[in-house]
Amino acid sequence: MTYIEMPKLSDTMTEGTVVKWSKAVGDSISVGDVLAEIETDKAVMELEAFDEGTLAEIYVNGGGKARIGEKLALLAGMGESAQEKKIDSASPGTQSALDVAKPVLAKSQTTPAKPAHDPVQTVADSSGRVKASPLAKKIAAAGGVDLSRVRGSGPGGRIVAKDLDSPPKEAVHLTATAPTVTIPLALPDGAKRIPLSGMRKIIAERLLASKTQIPHFYLNIEVNAGELLRLRAQFNESLEKAGAGKLTINDFILKAVVAAAAKVPRVNASFAGDAILEYTDVHLSVAVAIDDGLVTPVIRQAQKKSLREISEAVKDLATRARTKKLKPEEYQGGTLTVSNLGSYGIESFSAVINPPQAIILAIGAIVKKPVVNARDEIVPAYRMAIGLSADHRVVDGAIGAEYLAELRRLIENPALMLI
Amino acid sequence: MNTYDLVVIGGGPAGYVGAIRAAQLGKRVACVEKERAGGTCLNWGCIPTKSLLRNAELFHLMKYRAQEFGFRFDNLSYDWGKVIERSRNVADKNAGGIEYLFKKNKVDYILGEAALERAGVVTLNGKEGQAQKLEATKVLLATGVVSRPLPDLPFNGTTVIGSREAMVLKKQPKSIIIIGAGAIGVEFAYFFNAFGTKVTLVEMLPNILPLEDMEASQVLEKAYAKLGIQVLTNTKVVKAEAGKDGVKISVEGKTTETLEAEVCLVAIGVQPLLPGGAAVKLTSRGYIETDGRYQTSIPGVFAAGDIIGPPLLAHVASYEAIQTVEGMFTKHTPKKVSVFPSCTYCQPQVASVGLTERTAKEKGLKFRVGKFPFSASGKARAVGEVDGFVKIIFGEPQGEVLGAHIVGSEATEMIGELGLAITLEATHEEIEATIHAHPTLSEAVHEATGQAYGVAIHI
Repeated sequence: MTYIEMPKLSDTMTEGTVVKWSKAVGDSISVGDVLAEIETDKAVMELEAFDEGTLAEIYVNGGGKARIGEKLALLAGMGESAQEKKIDSASPGTQSALDVAKPVLAKSQTTPAKPAHDPVQTVADSSGRVKASPLAKKIAAAGGVDLSRVRGSGPGGRIVAKDLDSPPKEAVHLTATAPTVTIPLALPDGAKRIPLSGMRKIIAERLLASKTQIPHFYLNIEVNAGELLRLRAQFNESLEKAGAGKLTINDFILKAVVAAAAKVPRVNASFAGDAILEYTDVHLSVAVAIDDGLVTPVIRQAQKKSLREISEAVKDLATRARTKKLKPEEYQGGTLTVSNLGSYGIESFSAVINPPQAIILAIGAIVKKPVVNARDEIVPAYRMAIGLSADHRVVDGAIGAEYLAELRRLIENPALMLI
Repeated sequence: MNTYDLVVIGGGPAGYVGAIRAAQLGKRVACVEKERAGGTCLNWGCIPTKSLLRNAELFHLMKYRAQEFGFRFDNLSYDWGKVIERSRNVADKNAGGIEYLFKKNKVDYILGEAALERAGVVTLNGKEGQAQKLEATKVLLATGVVSRPLPDLPFNGTTVIGSREAMVLKKQPKSIIIIGAGAIGVEFAYFFNAFGTKVTLVEMLPNILPLEDMEASQVLEKAYAKLGIQVLTNTKVVKAEAGKDGVKISVEGKTTETLEAEVCLVAIGVQPLLPGGAAVKLTSRGYIETDGRYQTSIPGVFAAGDIIGPPLLAHVASYEAIQTVEGMFTKHTPKKVSVFPSCTYCQPQVASVGLTERTAKEKGLKFRVGKFPFSASGKARAVGEVDGFVKIIFGEPQGEVLGAHIVGSEATEMIGELGLAITLEATHEEIEATIHAHPTLSEAVHEATGQAYGVAIHI
């Protein structure tokens, strides 16, 4: 008999929703079979079977939620019957998964004290064996880390030492605090109550933490996008002839943001409590709007990528983000973010920093408007507003300005990005 | 035009392994090799040299240690031609084995010289001269490396040679100068010396096997001195002249002198052997640059093995190729090589995995060292192989294995246990808790671990 529990599928996941079961009670299961689809705060992922047997019971039906570690189903081994386990399921340790708060507490209360001379075993949660390397167990024991809450990156989800490396893990220096003042909410007639999805919950927590704990400041510039439009049109004409995919304005902007960050690396950094972490690689997060929220997939080592590679990467990531097909490593570990609302007709705005990053860029639409040129004439020009939100603990005004100046130079002379 | 899911250029430990794995994944695969399946490893490296070294070990034992074991050989002699022939036969058999594996896995094995025309197209000049094009969704470049000459001493095939010529010399040289004391130089020094060739081993760095732990190098230097091999470390070649009958090499080290010998083996390193055709981006050292998925600067074109740079080892190449191919065709995220064993098959053998004591210090790590000499091992005494030691470096405070270094007669067969320990993140406690068979040489691993924590029994 093996319980199938809600796995931890992302770093920020606390609970998941069973979208639907791919197997029914009574189905025989082989290792690797997809049992169900689980929606996390970030994506819909497949739940695979690690054991074989027969699906004996389902505790959380399609649409139901469960916290990490809670039982979703019961798998009976060869020759076992579901009955044997039924008796067991009445015991306090295996309460209904729908009861959200209790199981964790109940478990820790019923865990017998482990002998003191065996520090390694005390970290094992009573819900079962924690797969972890001997080194990981020792580090966890020394640091008081509960391994049952750690997601292993080793074979078969085994926890290895690097899974316990803290810096520069996200959320290390940001703890979401509940608002101290609760504003009373009335539910007038006709209003709809929409329960928070996993993703909305995470957006709420992280952005609240960001806006309340990171000292934001904002710089704004307006750049001449005429040359960029001209170069893009020229490129696309020849790309079209060659039968290749076109480049978007955003592709050029992403390339410029990355190249400028490589030039002014102090913005490509994080605040780490007692130090500033400055990164060598520019891992670019790109904000992508999806049906019920927002994800920021990451173009890794973007400073090493050509315009074409960036264009392809963002296209691929955005497509998969919209179908919730991103893997956790594809939306984690970014070092700065670009949010572009130009295509929605937004002319300028300020963005909230995506922690633990230090800056986020807010790109507006290209607008044709009159400007005064060097000869004091009023002429039409293509203008684009760029907003920078920066963490003042990491980036000062002058550095932010230096970064924007470099960004302006690249966007106004886009040919520079190609060399 | 023939179309494939994957065309592999090069049939060595990266190429053939990558090709077979892709075929196992149900892909249509061709592997193009210009010479013979198996690459340097099987034809001109790992395997034939191990055959030669076995001859050398046996001959050394019979010639110099017979009395110790109570044997007497009154007319002991050897046939140089047969020594070489055995090595070639071993290579031939192995190469045949790979062709069989290709057949079994339905990989199209094509003899010929391939060039990358562009992503998706490989041009082929077949052995019979016909040119053809292969279309491939993915291309894997695994063309490997060749010996690098000294700048002013080009290879001439007779008096100035690389490792490839050194293993098929028709006549045994009376004297040989070996420049470079990495694994290749050190192994050939042992081989030629065992058969009575006067060997001088020249190394620019302070120790032979300079990448190994210094203590391992020092034990080997002592053993080589005992064998009568002249070892010149901290020594630079300043002038080199090659004639028809021999070489003159001027060196500068502790002393400045001009060495003379019949043959000079240059084993200072290798250079990449790039495939022809479309240019992929290279690293500053001329190897093919790849990203995290082993993809080159041309999308759809991948590279693995020696051609992407050090560590230049067959087992590393095979690992890389499997990672690359699984990354191409499955959901697997390819991993880069991190921990790998290094082995040198002289006597005593030298094997290592993970960090040396020097690198652990340079990284600023806290560690402790456990060591056990084979002279204290019952099995080592019984078989008469008491040279060497097991040295293990444990991280503090948790006691994980950071590195291990073994010098001894079966060192290369013993290093696997410690590689597994590193991969599984085992600590000293797991090694101590594992019963090691008695009597074996591998008990020394157990004892070295105990020694680090003050609980060793036999030392």
